[in-house]
Amino acid sequence: MPAPRRPEPSPAAGEPLTPGPPARTRVVLAGASRRQHRAAGARTELTQQTRVGEALVRGLVRAQLALALQLSAVVLVGLGGLPWLFAIAPSVGRLTVLGVNLPWLLLAVLSFPFLVAVGWTYVRLAERNEQDFTDLVQRPER
Amino acid sequence: MGNDLVVPAIVAVTLVTVGIGFYGLRLARTTSDFLVASRVVSPTWNAAAIGGEYLSAASFLGVAGLILKYGVDVLWYPVGFAAGYLALLMFVAAPLRRSGAFTLPDFCELRLGSRRLRALATAFVIFIGWLYLVPQLQGAGLTLATLAGSPYPVGALVVAAVVTANVAFGGMRAITFVQAFQYWLKLTALAVPAIFLALQWQADGRPAVTPPDGPTFRTATTVVVEHRAVLTLPDGQTREVRPGDELTFAAGEPVPEVSGVATGPTDWLLPSTAGADDRGLFATYSLILATFLGTMGLPHVLVRFYTNPDGAAARRTTLVVLALVGVFYLLPTIYGVLGRIYTPQLLVSGQTDAVVVLLPEAALGNGTTGRLLAALVAAGAFAAFLSTSSGLLTSVAGVISTDVLGRGSVRGFRLATVIAGGVPTILALNISGLDVSQVVGLAFAVAASSFCPLLVLGIWWRGLTDAGAAAGILVGGGAAVTAVLITVLGPPLTGWPATLTAQPAAWTVPLAFTVMAAVSLATRRRAPTDVGRTMLRLHAPDALRL
Repeated sequence: MPAPRRPEPSPAAGEPLTPGPPARTRVVLAGASRRQHRAAGARTELTQQTRVGEALVRGLVRAQLALALQLSAVVLVGLGGLPWLFAIAPSVGRLTVLGVNLPWLLLAVLSFPFLVAVGWTYVRLAERNEQDFTDLVQRPER
Repeated sequence: MGNDLVVPAIVAVTLVTVGIGFYGLRLARTTSDFLVASRVVSPTWNAAAIGGEYLSAASFLGVAGLILKYGVDVLWYPVGFAAGYLALLMFVAAPLRRSGAFTLPDFCELRLGSRRLRALATAFVIFIGWLYLVPQLQGAGLTLATLAGSPYPVGALVVAAVVTANVAFGGMRAITFVQAFQYWLKLTALAVPAIFLALQWQADGRPAVTPPDGPTFRTATTVVVEHRAVLTLPDGQTREVRPGDELTFAAGEPVPEVSGVATGPTDWLLPSTAGADDRGLFATYSLILATFLGTMGLPHVLVRFYTNPDGAAARRTTLVVLALVGVFYLLPTIYGVLGRIYTPQLLVSGQTDAVVVLLPEAALGNGTTGRLLAALVAAGAFAAFLSTSSGLLTSVAGVISTDVLGRGSVRGFRLATVIAGGVPTILALNISGLDVSQVVGLAFAVAASSFCPLLVLGIWWRGLTDAGAAAGILVGGGAAVTAVLITVLGPPLTGWPATLTAQPAAWTVPLAFTVMAAVSLATRRRAPTDVGRTMLRLHAPDALRL
């Protein structure tokens, strides 16, 4: 059974330091143990770096990267397009909304909620990708 | 000048900072407590602490100063400073936390297993850290000089001493509490006066920010010039002014046009347009690249991620940080804009970075309200210097103690702190006259051209090799460092060379990525054999506990 992985500080940063917290005792419940036994197949594929395991990880990395790139493209167009738009169409910069010039309104106020919204979307979708991966790995063996 | 409330406010902030530091000191027992707060910091505290650490003198003073001076084009600074956290969130946060790397050099060694690359990364961490520390100390000197009339070195030395002592004795555990407290202090210190300023502007009959004839002095003003400039007076005469010159203007007199400053109404109000001059557009995109991609490469930002319990928590913390930082950046614009009305003399004197601390008294008068608000702003500004310098110092000292001194003891960390704090103090005492935000922008450009490609390619691409990473950092980061040194120390340039060195990111970032990828492809056989295991560690969901 794979040991629970506890992230350790890298040797260089952590080694000379005093010992970390005392080793965790693992209490295994009967139900959890059975589930883990069933899931051992895909888990072993992952930890043993088999071709199947590697393909699984590649799939996850690709999905997460695609998500990050797609949302970057949204920001790139939504925000990155603005200087170019203002440059080629100066009239847009002269538009005023509620007495405030549009570029000021877009940059000084609206850009921040926009960034938070993109970030929120990313966190939700990235967690969904991870959930899909977890389900795939932990699903009962055929 | 002389506001008798400013010094007590600053002393109070400093005492609280040191006090919380000592409270934390009682809790800090081991070196790992010192360096990484034993990873027991809750996400909310951690997010506020990251925000508190990140919002530096550049954000608190510099952004408003730049907006006062240059107008709409520099709004990209606050947008970029916030957007950097989005890039960090999407490309780096969770995998970096799972990697277990505490510093950037750690990441190099974990991912690529190269000691030499680690040494190179160490050098860049120290350079970026110092480059970022200098403007913090500069800002402290400027604030005290402006508000309390003390000589410039006093503020810089006070902040340097307090921060060095606090980091050396309290470590990061203490700093987490300090930083979280300082985020809220900084937000309050800008938000409350901003409300009063907006009300005052209403009460004054909403004077136009950009009157058609350009800004005018509202009251009789004497300006002491701080930076050399050429003034164009309303009658068309030009006059060269030098630091120390005194100019007197009557109430209602128009503000002369100042060379290098967007004085006229249109170039301040409207974005730079294509055609006449593409340099403005290039500089804007360069700034966007530097700030969007630079945040992830800042040493004091990354160190914080280690205090999250796992990758998913790191992601959620980053999102909260993005929101906190976004709220804060709504405020400096108000100061920059109202500064056009109430403190136009700063355009002539060149001390635009002082707008935040001068505006409350300029707009509200030096009655009790004005003086109280000015003291509050000064306290917030000091919180900004103290918090960012503490974070930077902790990470630079951490790297120096583990990688340069080679000792991991608490004593070694203290020695490293003194070294890490001393160098930028000396620099800050000898360099002045650069805009606070511009120096910080250069630090971002270096980070974006060195560590951003390393992190992004290291986390997402199996093909990265140690040779590729080193070549990318040396060529891209080296080009950015050269541009910084030319801008800070070199002769004044004009035209394209000036733009390319003052805003280098648009060419150095693609250069770094290209070199890193190309050399990695050419040295494919050097790719670490355990890359599959590393990828699994970086990306496997925390819930699996592999």
